[in-house]
Amino acid sequence: MSIRRLFPLLALAVVLCAAAATVGGPPGTGGELRFAVRAEPKTLDPHVVVDEPSQVVAYLTGGGLVRENRLTQELEPALATHWRVLEGGAAIEFTLRQGVRFSDGAPFTAEDVAFTIRRVADPALHSPLAETLRSGSGAIRAEVKSPTVVVVRVPNRIANLAGMFDGIAMVSSKSKTNPPAGLGPFVIAEYKPASHLLLRRNANYWKKDAAGRPLPYLDSIRLDILANRELEMMRFRKGEIHLLNGLEAESFDRFAKETPGAVRDLGPSLDSEQIWFNQVPTAPIPAYKREWFRNVEFRRAISAAINRADLCRLVYRGHASPADGPVSPGNHAWINTKLKPAAYAPQAARERLAKAGFRMQGATLVDSGGRPVEFSLVTNAGSKIRERTAALIQQDLAKIGIKLNVVPMDFPSLIERIMRTYQYEACMLGQIADPDPNEMMNVWRSSAANHQWNPNQKKPETTWEAELDRLMDEQASAVDPKKRKAAYDRVQEIAADQLPFIYLVHKNALVGVSPSLWNTKPAVLRPQTFWNVDTLAFNAPRGR
Amino acid sequence: MLRWSAVAALLAILAAGLFANWIAPHGYADQDRESPNLSPSRQYPLGTDELGRDRFSRLLYGTRVSLLLAPAAAAISIAVAVALGGFTAYAGAGWARASSLVTDLMLSLPTILILLTVRAMLPLNVSALASIVITCVLIGALNYPPAARVIGAGVDALLKSDFILQARATGQSPGRILIRQLMPGIRPVLIAQFWLLVPVFVMAEANLSLLGLGVSEPMPSWGNLLRELENYSAIPERPWVLAPLGVLMVTVLCLYAILPSGEPA
Repeated sequence: MSIRRLFPLLALAVVLCAAAATVGGPPGTGGELRFAVRAEPKTLDPHVVVDEPSQVVAYLTGGGLVRENRLTQELEPALATHWRVLEGGAAIEFTLRQGVRFSDGAPFTAEDVAFTIRRVADPALHSPLAETLRSGSGAIRAEVKSPTVVVVRVPNRIANLAGMFDGIAMVSSKSKTNPPAGLGPFVIAEYKPASHLLLRRNANYWKKDAAGRPLPYLDSIRLDILANRELEMMRFRKGEIHLLNGLEAESFDRFAKETPGAVRDLGPSLDSEQIWFNQVPTAPIPAYKREWFRNVEFRRAISAAINRADLCRLVYRGHASPADGPVSPGNHAWINTKLKPAAYAPQAARERLAKAGFRMQGATLVDSGGRPVEFSLVTNAGSKIRERTAALIQQDLAKIGIKLNVVPMDFPSLIERIMRTYQYEACMLGQIADPDPNEMMNVWRSSAANHQWNPNQKKPETTWEAELDRLMDEQASAVDPKKRKAAYDRVQEIAADQLPFIYLVHKNALVGVSPSLWNTKPAVLRPQTFWNVDTLAFNAPRGR
Repeated sequence: MLRWSAVAALLAILAAGLFANWIAPHGYADQDRESPNLSPSRQYPLGTDELGRDRFSRLLYGTRVSLLLAPAAAAISIAVAVALGGFTAYAGAGWARASSLVTDLMLSLPTILILLTVRAMLPLNVSALASIVITCVLIGALNYPPAARVIGAGVDALLKSDFILQARATGQSPGRILIRQLMPGIRPVLIAQFWLLVPVFVMAEANLSLLGLGVSEPMPSWGNLLRELENYSAIPERPWVLAPLGVLMVTVLCLYAILPSGEPA
């Protein structure tokens, strides 16, 4: 055969190869993805999850009407092809995807959406999902307009109402099993307590790739229940598990040295670390200390005396950034970029304290009554990071004459003190923030239980807390995104000015992803490594 | 000979801890923030930790804390056990049963949970020194039951002996019998129990501090120094982080095991 005759065949082969490359399918399908959860899932019912292992299972097995793309932080259609917000955010109409079947083969209709919403809203179920939809008193209702159209009504207007449906897994109204049949990419095949949970590919999963191949590519997922972090990392190193979420800086650096391609620093996550002072009027602490803590100049001085750059460099090995407020730079949509990180300024701290009536007596700072400034900082025991942070802050505050006593305690005792008895002076803990400000209502509203410095107020005790309440309500009900942003920007300004929480750092999202996986797109939003689980595959065919 | 060698070695280690203020090249809390995670050098013989603190100095100060805390806690345990043993010997059958019941109850409860609970109820504004004393008293007071059982059995056996009967017959008061007759008789048991409890309490402090509930930062102790074990896979790369502490702990525990009998346990 001459070259001239061969040419068309070669050209055809090149075109076919190019077409295949354009479609961009996986190198192989099948195989078992393995990763670890740190505790037993407390429930397998997707509507009552509160703990992280249960959330992981619910994410992998549940299908929602919409889904947030964790990379772009945009809402995308899932079981609903489109939606329309009605009545200024008090209702939403979903148009459902057709031809979708549950894992048990039953067809998915608007009746199932209505059943799911009624189930979630049932007070007997105590679903935390209902709280996100119920911003006031009244019922949550679902109205079936046709087999593919359903309208959900909530008691009050909610900004970003569609986003609230990201975490609500649709379940079958006809299913007799518990938990009912779902629409996620995987189904629970086996659960061995204290050992593992095996999820099998849902053969009826609705999604297909660009080439029309059914998803997910993987055959199964094995979630090993593994409390020991070091063991988890050793197994990752051996290739026995494929994903690591929430790595600590020291482990990250070690992996980065050993296998540079296996770990990734995704930049600032939404998680922060902060301290706050107990400002509860009835707290059993000395009145003069409460006066210190309620004095904004005192709080500003403490903030200025903390060297956040050293915290990031020494405790987090550079995998964190100094915090300037409640919103992390990782939350592109909501951060107030006008706020700058608090500068380390011990001299300014001394001046602020002098302005507030404090003075130095030798090397000790005393208040106007001559009492030495000494307070305790409680935190949870067993966290090396927090103990190191506390040791650094201890020395920073010693430079301005303040004695800090660090008190690590077991978590239940700590929660008892900060939530019920208020027998503490200052506390250091982390905050796992959600991207949308609506999720922070239970922190910033003065009547909220997580308004940690002074929770459950009957009416706001300060003018700035009253303004916070007003702004949070405003952003929650505003439909115009610009108005919402303006309101939440102001919340951040007040938080940075009044410092009810003294934010320390925003931690980077550090993850491990096996090089054997294809199409991994880790993101700072949770679940960081497997949010696109239905399109994950292995680089080499594993057989199906 | 072996026993005296063990005593000498223990005293040498204790002396190194006691005179840490003079021997240690740096303070235990001094942070050289520009020199974190250094390898051993002339300036920092065992390198520095994440906050730039000298590991060698912290090991010396930690040795002082752990070596003083454990015998003090053991002494508290023995004192409680002797008091209970003496009390039950004279207080009558009813009280003896009640005391035995309390001891049984204490034995059946997981000590670590009681420690967590009691620790959580203590005042928050305590200095590092106070945290050592609190840890010592807690460990000592809550771990008396095993010693109380042995000492109680010893006291019981002695009370039935002929020389106690003779002392009673001669009209000696209970206090005199306790001090002049019982204590000399029970002394070998007390000494053996004391030396058995010391290494147990060294480990108890280590466990408690490993959980972050023992001696508070920035004061070092063997327990909170052992927290480096959390990243045990990093140890082969940097053996100086834990090897000196490990060798020291094993040596001290072996020496304590030799002390009561003069032979290795």
